[in-house]
Amino acid sequence: MLNLTFPHKNLSAAVLLGSTLLFSACGGGNGEEANSGLSGTIQIDGSSTVYPITEAVAEEYRTEAPDVRVTVGVSGSGGGFKKFTRGEIDIVDASRTIKPSEEETAKEHNISYIELPVAYDGLTVVVHPENNWVTEMTTEDLKKIWEPAAQGKIKKWNQIRPEWPDQEIHLYGPGVESGTYDYFTEAVVGESGSSRGDYTASEDDNVLVQGVSTDPNALGFFGFAYYEENQDKLKVVPVDDMDDSNGKGAIAPSLETVKDGSYAPLSRPLFIYVNSKAASTPAVVDFVNFYLESAPELSQEVGYIPLPAEMYKEQQEKFSSFAKAKEAATQK
Amino acid sequence: MTNSDINRLKDKAFQVFGIFCTFIGLVVLAIFLIDIVAEGITRINWDFLTSLPSRRASRAGILTAWAGTLWILVLTTLIAFPLGVGAGIYLEEYGRKNRLANFLEINIANLAGVPSIIYGLLGLEIFGRQMRLGGSLLAGALTLSLLILPIIIVTTREAVKAVPRSIRDGSYALGASKWQTIWHQVLPASFGGILTGIILALSRAVGEAAPLIVIGALAYVPFTPSSPLDEFTVLPIQIFNWTSRPQEEFLTNAAAAIIVLLVITFLLNGIAVYLRNKQQKKIRW
Repeated sequence: MLNLTFPHKNLSAAVLLGSTLLFSACGGGNGEEANSGLSGTIQIDGSSTVYPITEAVAEEYRTEAPDVRVTVGVSGSGGGFKKFTRGEIDIVDASRTIKPSEEETAKEHNISYIELPVAYDGLTVVVHPENNWVTEMTTEDLKKIWEPAAQGKIKKWNQIRPEWPDQEIHLYGPGVESGTYDYFTEAVVGESGSSRGDYTASEDDNVLVQGVSTDPNALGFFGFAYYEENQDKLKVVPVDDMDDSNGKGAIAPSLETVKDGSYAPLSRPLFIYVNSKAASTPAVVDFVNFYLESAPELSQEVGYIPLPAEMYKEQQEKFSSFAKAKEAATQK
Repeated sequence: MTNSDINRLKDKAFQVFGIFCTFIGLVVLAIFLIDIVAEGITRINWDFLTSLPSRRASRAGILTAWAGTLWILVLTTLIAFPLGVGAGIYLEEYGRKNRLANFLEINIANLAGVPSIIYGLLGLEIFGRQMRLGGSLLAGALTLSLLILPIIIVTTREAVKAVPRSIRDGSYALGASKWQTIWHQVLPASFGGILTGIILALSRAVGEAAPLIVIGALAYVPFTPSSPLDEFTVLPIQIFNWTSRPQEEFLTNAAAAIIVLLVITFLLNGIAVYLRNKQQKKIRW
């Protein structure tokens, strides 16, 4: 019953020829491309803030080493560290530094790692474009608005500065789970994760943009990229850290002010952490080097601010000596 | 006004109220659809469906996302279908009506109301860590199966319950055993209802992002899965990721991906309606 012969000899020849071509094409493609010859998998997870940079790097790395399978998840800095400290992933994207409790877990699982800053984000304070009274704010002003004691008390603009109008102030900010919130509260209130609770919170910064751009009494904060993309709908508030050693007076976030450190204290670094065991495999070493090389260009392309060039160099040196030490350790 | 006039008026009022209720749902759905289609339809083209994720919105595609979604759909069906229908038949046909049955019944109903992220945490611990499946398709499908099992069990029971007593009695009268009665009479008669339940449950599973993110489904995957143990991403995760990006063009991508997801869901629902109608025509008591 089984009849596997082709009804037309020509057809079978064509199929044969086609598949030969196909296979040879595949083989040729691999050989021809002057790639690094590396293969393997690299698992990355963590912060959704850092994700766009890592995604961009992974995308570019595809042409560099097509046989290395790089995957990126977005379970948040906390979720990412949870997996990282158990040794389940190779690299974690983090919008904050590792917490003591997480270091503890890493130790329990015998995980050592290296921390590498890859870009800056400037947390940007914004108001509605029709707001004509706020031209700048000091960190004191921001603290007065956001500290836990302000809850239910600071409700009007003139409570912050008497010359500001007797109008309600409506606050918008990221949810308490986000690294952005942690960093802002640490920089402004002085304690990470401590702020008033009566503000409109959203994990989605686009919702905050929408909120501030439609509410004349609004004040909000979020990542620089969200301001940059919506400049026509928002008014940025320059921030004065009352420390003249790093730039005088109130300074608005921009590529330059974040990069040179004068937009303080609201510029924050974004990190990747690399597992030491992973750092002893050639694919991961190559990928991380590629990351640090391409981060200046790619981070800016996706809306972040690159570190100063010498800092990237420093990170590269730090990483290569780390990787070498690991390699030596595994060879012993 | 006579009594019957008043009643007629009430009747009319209720009818208007009913129409109003129906339209609220429809109008909201229509507004949503028009908005999404207007924003996203121009973005849908062959490249969008066959490209890998990218940092450039105009080059980014959903190949790995819809491939992952289809894999998840098939695997979840394979797992949830036998388990759910089996449990439903047991509870309806074999289970004695005692305290234990009551207890099970209440708990199954309660499970249907548990937030999906809880299932994600459960899945992460049991399938991801204990069974060492990690963030694989299989772990995701098992988690989603748990999520929709209660719905399948409940609809199976309702469908089985709707088969008239006389059919069973007739089958027994002809000497059929219980199993023969269930297999040859009850199941075929209730299959339309069961199928509708399963497909509605799957439509829910297709839209879930949260539990899959928890078990470790990814956002950037540069390859389509080739086995159930591969890592994956799904459409809802891609949509969620794109809607939170600052650049306007990513929001357009998200709208386009939503259209694709809606088409998948509508197709599923369409299949459900078709199969149910076909089944109903076949049954003549």
